Amino acid sequence: MDILLAIAIMALGAVVLGAALGFASIKFKVEGDPLVEKIEAILPQTQCGQCGYPGCKPYAEAIAKGECDINLCPPGGMEGVQRLADLLGREVKPLEAEEKPKQVAIIDENTCIGCTLCIQACPVDAIVGAAKQMHTIIAQQCTGCELCLPPCPVECIRMEVIPETLDNWKWKFPVIEIKAAPAQAAAEIV
Amino acid sequence: MLMNLFKFKGGVKPPTNKTQSTGRPIAAAPLPSHLAVPLHQSIGGTPRPVVAVGDKVLKGQLIGEADGWISAAVHAPTSGTVVAVGPGKQPHPSGLDADCVFIEPDGRDEWIARQPFDLVNATPDAVRHYLQQSGVVGLGGAVFPTHGKLTPAKTVPMQELVINGAECEPFITCDDLLMRERAIDIVRGIGVFRDLLQPQKVLIGIEDNKPEAAAAMRAAVEACGEDFVVVQVPTLYPAGGAKQLIRVLTGKEVPAAKRSTDLGVQCFNVATAYTAWRAIAHGEPVVSRIVTLTGNVRQPGNYEVLIGTPMDELLQLAQPNPDTDGIVMGGPMMGFLVPEPAVPVIKATNCLIAHSERLFPPKAPEMPCIRCGACAQACPHELQPFELYWHARAKDFGKTQQYHIFDCIECGCCSFVCPSRIPLVQYFRFAKSEIWAREKEKKAADEAKTRFEFKQFREEREKAEKAEKLAKAAAAQAAKKAAEAAAAAAAGDAPAVAVAEKPADLTVDPAEAAKKAAIAAAMARAKAQREAAQPKNTDALTPEQARDMAEIEARRVQAGIADAPAEAAAAPTATKTEE
Repeated sequence: MDILLAIAIMALGAVVLGAALGFASIKFKVEGDPLVEKIEAILPQTQCGQCGYPGCKPYAEAIAKGECDINLCPPGGMEGVQRLADLLGREVKPLEAEEKPKQVAIIDENTCIGCTLCIQACPVDAIVGAAKQMHTIIAQQCTGCELCLPPCPVECIRMEVIPETLDNWKWKFPVIEIKAAPAQAAAEIV
Repeated sequence: MLMNLFKFKGGVKPPTNKTQSTGRPIAAAPLPSHLAVPLHQSIGGTPRPVVAVGDKVLKGQLIGEADGWISAAVHAPTSGTVVAVGPGKQPHPSGLDADCVFIEPDGRDEWIARQPFDLVNATPDAVRHYLQQSGVVGLGGAVFPTHGKLTPAKTVPMQELVINGAECEPFITCDDLLMRERAIDIVRGIGVFRDLLQPQKVLIGIEDNKPEAAAAMRAAVEACGEDFVVVQVPTLYPAGGAKQLIRVLTGKEVPAAKRSTDLGVQCFNVATAYTAWRAIAHGEPVVSRIVTLTGNVRQPGNYEVLIGTPMDELLQLAQPNPDTDGIVMGGPMMGFLVPEPAVPVIKATNCLIAHSERLFPPKAPEMPCIRCGACAQACPHELQPFELYWHARAKDFGKTQQYHIFDCIECGCCSFVCPSRIPLVQYFRFAKSEIWAREKEKKAADEAKTRFEFKQFREEREKAEKAEKLAKAAAAQAAKKAAEAAAAAAAGDAPAVAVAEKPADLTVDPAEAAKKAAIAAAMARAKAQREAAQPKNTDALTPEQARDMAEIEARRVQAGIADAPAEAAAAPTATKTEE
C-alpha cells in the first residue's frame, strides 16, 4: 500500500511539473534565435557579401548553425573574429581574406552615364540619382562594401581610404619608448 | 565677507612655478611675419571660410562663419592679404592638419569699423547671437562657444554664477595678470553674463596664491557698484576645474552624466568675460589672447598675442635657452608637446612652456602597478584610477565604463602621484577615444542595418506589386481572349487567336534592341570622354620619356592589360589611371 502511495505522489509531482514546464515553454517562447542576434550585433553590417552569404544576417545565421567558420568577414577584422570567438567559445583563426582600411566609394561624376545599375547594387541605398542623371554617393551612409564596382559599365566608381582627420583621430595605446643607450648610439655611429 | 567654503576630495600640490612670469606687466607681442588661423577653434561645427586667396582683410574681419548653433565665428587677427586657405599643422597631439586661413600681415594692423553693441536695447537672443558672431568662446581651455552657455535652464532656477579665476595649473599666469591689469573689463563682462542668466549670486573664485589679482578684482567690483563676491579658495590642484570650483564655492557636487546647469550653476573663465566685454563695448571680436611664455626661458612673461601667431616665433620674445627642445602648450599637468614648433597660437593656448630635459627630466621607466591606491586618494573625482588602468590596459572597455571613465577630467593627478610612474591619463585617453570610435561605428552599423532591411522590404514589396499588376493584366488579357475566342467561335473563325499573339512577340525584339543600342552608345560616349580627359603631364615629353612609355605600353598589351595598340597610343595613361 505504502509503495503505491509513493508512486502515486511521484507521478502526480511529475504531471504537475511537466504541465508547468509545458506552459512556460509556450508562454515564454523566445521569438527568433537570440544567438543570431548576438552574432549579428558583432558583424559590421556592411552587407558586402565577402563572406559568401548575401548579407550580414544570413552569415550570422550560418555561424549560429555551425555551418561556417567565424573568420570570413574582412570588414569586421581580427577584432570581430576575436569577439565572435569569445561569444561562441570557438577558437580564434586568422582572417580568410586580407584586412582592409575603411573605405568609401566615390563616383567620377564626369564619366557617369546615369545607368542606375550601381543604385540597384547598393545594399544600403547610399547612392542617389535617376536614369540618365548623374549619380552620387552619400559618403556618410556608404559602408565601403564595393558592391557597386562590378555593375558599373563605365568603371567610374573608385574606392578611397577614409583619411585620418581631427574628428576621427584616436589616442594611441601608450607604449614605452625604447631608446638606445648613449654609449650604444655612439658605437653605432662609429 | 565671510563665507563657508567646501572641499573636494583628492587633489595634489605640484610646485606652482608661477612667480617667474608675474614680474612684468602684459606686453603686446609684435606682429608676426605670417599668421595661420585655424578655422576650427571651438567645440562644435567647423566654421566655413568666407574669404578667398588674394582677398584683402582688415583686423577683426570675419573669415570663418559659424556653422550651426554650437560653433563660433573666426576673424582676421590683423590686416593683410589672404595667401592661402587650406590644410595646416594644428597644435594638437595628433600632429594632423586642418583647414586654416593663412594671412600675410601688411603691417598697418588696421581695424574694421568698430561699433559698440547696443546692450541696453538688445534682446537676450540678440546678445547671444552677437557673442557668437564675435567668436567668444571659453578661454579656460575647453573653448566651448560661450553663447551656448548663456541660456538659462527653464526647469531649474539659476542660483549661482561661478567665475573661474582659480588658474590652478603650474606655470600659467595669464588669468592672474589679466585680473591684475584689466579687472574692470572683466567685471563688466561678468555683468553681461549676470543679466543674461539672472542668477541669485555671482561668485568669483581665485586661488589664494594670487592676492594681487583678488585685490584688483575686489576693487573693480566695488568701483562698478556690483554685488559680486570675490572668494579666495585654497591653492590645490585642480581647484580650477569647473566641477571642483563649483564644489568648493557652492558645496554642490555635479553628478555623473549631468551638467552644472542642472543644479542651477554656470561657470565661466575670467578671460571669457573679458573678451565678451571687449566685443560688446568696443566691437572687437576675439582676435588675440593673453599667453604666458615661461619654462626654459630667460625672460618669462605674459603677452597679448594675435591668434594664428607661430609658436616658435612667439617664444623668441621670452628668449629661450639654447637647450630648449620643444614647446608644451598648456601647463605641465594637462598640456602636451606640440607636434612642431611652428604651429599657430589658437584661442585655447593659455601658456607656452619651453621644454628642456633640465626642466622636465625624462621619467624613469614605467614599473608595474603595485595597487598602492595613491592615485585613488589623489583623484578629485573619487574614481579608482588603478582599476581603470587595469581594464584600459586590457582593452576591456565595458569595465572602464562601469568604473566611470567618462567622469575623468584628465587632470593628471593620478599620474603625478603614481610611484610606479605609470602614464595613467594616457591609458584613459586611449580608452575614451576607443569607446567613442566604437560607439560611432555601432551607430553606423545600426543605420546600415536598418537601411539594408528597408531596401529588402522595398524590393519585396515592389516584386509583390509587380506580380499583382501582371496577374491583373494576364487576367484581363485572358478575359479579353476568352471574349474574342467566344466571338470568333461564334463567327466560326479559329486562326484569329494565333494572329493576335504574333505582334506581341515582334514588339519585344525591337524595344530590346533599341535599349541595347542606347546602352552601347552611352558607353562609347563615356569612353570617349574618359579618353578626352587626358592627363596634362603627357604634353611636353622628352623623346626618352616617349620611348619609355611606348615600351611600357607594348609590355602591357603583351600582358593583356591594355585594350589594343592603337588605343594605347591614343591615350597612353588614361586607361591605367581610371582603373
